[in-house]
Amino acid sequence: MVRQFDPSQPLEMQKRQYQQMVNRLVPRPPVWRNCLWAFGVGGLICTAGQGIVSFFQGVGLSFLDAATATSIVLVFLAAFLTGLGLYDELARYAGAGMLVPITGFANAMVAPALEARTEGLVLGVGARLFAVAGPILVFGIVTAWLSGLIYYLFGPRPPLGS
Amino acid sequence: MPAPKRIGSQTVAFAQPPVILATAALAGAKEGQGPLRPTFDKVIEDPYYGEDSWEKAERRFLQEALEKALAKANLRPEQVDYLLAGDLLNQIVAANFAARALGIPYVGLYGACATIYEGLALGAMLIDGGFADYVLIGSSSHYSTAERQFRFPTEHGSQRPPTAQWTVTGAGAILLGRQGKGPRVTHATIGRVIDLGSTDPMNMGAAMAPAAANTIVSHLSDLGRQVTDYDLILTGDLGYYGRELLLALCREYGYELGERHNDCGLMIFDRQKQDVHAGGSGCGCPAVVTCGYLFQELSAGRLRRVLGIGTGALMSPITTKQGDTIPAIAHAVVLEA
Repeated sequence: MVRQFDPSQPLEMQKRQYQQMVNRLVPRPPVWRNCLWAFGVGGLICTAGQGIVSFFQGVGLSFLDAATATSIVLVFLAAFLTGLGLYDELARYAGAGMLVPITGFANAMVAPALEARTEGLVLGVGARLFAVAGPILVFGIVTAWLSGLIYYLFGPRPPLGS
Repeated sequence: MPAPKRIGSQTVAFAQPPVILATAALAGAKEGQGPLRPTFDKVIEDPYYGEDSWEKAERRFLQEALEKALAKANLRPEQVDYLLAGDLLNQIVAANFAARALGIPYVGLYGACATIYEGLALGAMLIDGGFADYVLIGSSSHYSTAERQFRFPTEHGSQRPPTAQWTVTGAGAILLGRQGKGPRVTHATIGRVIDLGSTDPMNMGAAMAPAAANTIVSHLSDLGRQVTDYDLILTGDLGYYGRELLLALCREYGYELGERHNDCGLMIFDRQKQDVHAGGSGCGCPAVVTCGYLFQELSAGRLRRVLGIGTGALMSPITTKQGDTIPAIAHAVVLEA
């Protein structure tokens, strides 16, 4: 029998052998099940979002205003569920389905804010609010700059005088 | 002349084995729903324990466990020579603040989740060395303080991989004495820091298993003992996958742990029902299992000789982000009825 781990080998070899043992033993996360959950829940959130947009349009808002109002409603709901301690319970199953929509962003802001409350409003909540969501903002803004620059350089020119 | 109580590469044998006079184990709500509930002194349902932050709650858990162990032995804090304690928080604040309240001469310890066994080994050395009559040892962890420090805010919606473990909310305390009735600490093996290149902080079992294997193998070879010399070989918090890796590693060293081995992280929760993935972890995990279940089994004589091994992962969130691998440690103590 070939030994899977040989303690008499040099340390570098032991590390390699051990990491192979770990990889053989440790199960992969259930990717397909996670994808299905994410697809289902993420789709439901987006469908609900469309429903809310249609509702606001039905009561007379323009599409842009209705979309803004919908974001507000969804962000509120996600923040509210986070405060009740339910958001993470659902996200345990739904994963990316609850992370990717705007609701995930709301959760990423409220969750650290809740905990930082004990450290005070300014140095606690104020400083920690973006602990999780910070990278999303930073790279979102950088991406927006870059795409704006590309659009400015290569995009269609608006007609003169508009 | 070599140190007279030292044996082999890293083990000591106590000339007059110190006695565990009393223990106390306080556990949180989820732990109270697990199979070890009857072995805890108290189950505290409120994660805040009446305080306004989780950090203060953990402090209160630890302080109460220490006071309970003293009360069981009818001792006052002034009669205790040293308090050895530690936890998982930065600057081990749960232990520091509990020590402030008790006023016992204090040595703060950090061995991550191995802290309670580090304390047992050192406490036994202090007593057998003639430096103390009584040593009080304690360690704690809290799910919410640990998550907040090492991973994400608790209410953040993230998915945990199957290898993730659940930090135990709980505190354990042990009162060691020079003489008296109770289980005895006969040997201790201080671990080396071992790192076989694991980088995944969501798989602590894999990071710690090589340290546990190293300490167990050193211990057995230092004393010339076999696995069958022990009724139980109990590791701290390797969890399901860490245990499998430990068994495989020990087999390569020529030791078959098999049925003699168990892990506190697997005992404290019901993995089928409690959604804890690979099992329990945290300083509180080996602390409450050792101070509850193990102490009771030894006191009742159902277990005669046990090798207890605390296992700790010695990384910080910063070293992990900087791409370092995870060093780990394991300390072993022999307990005899």
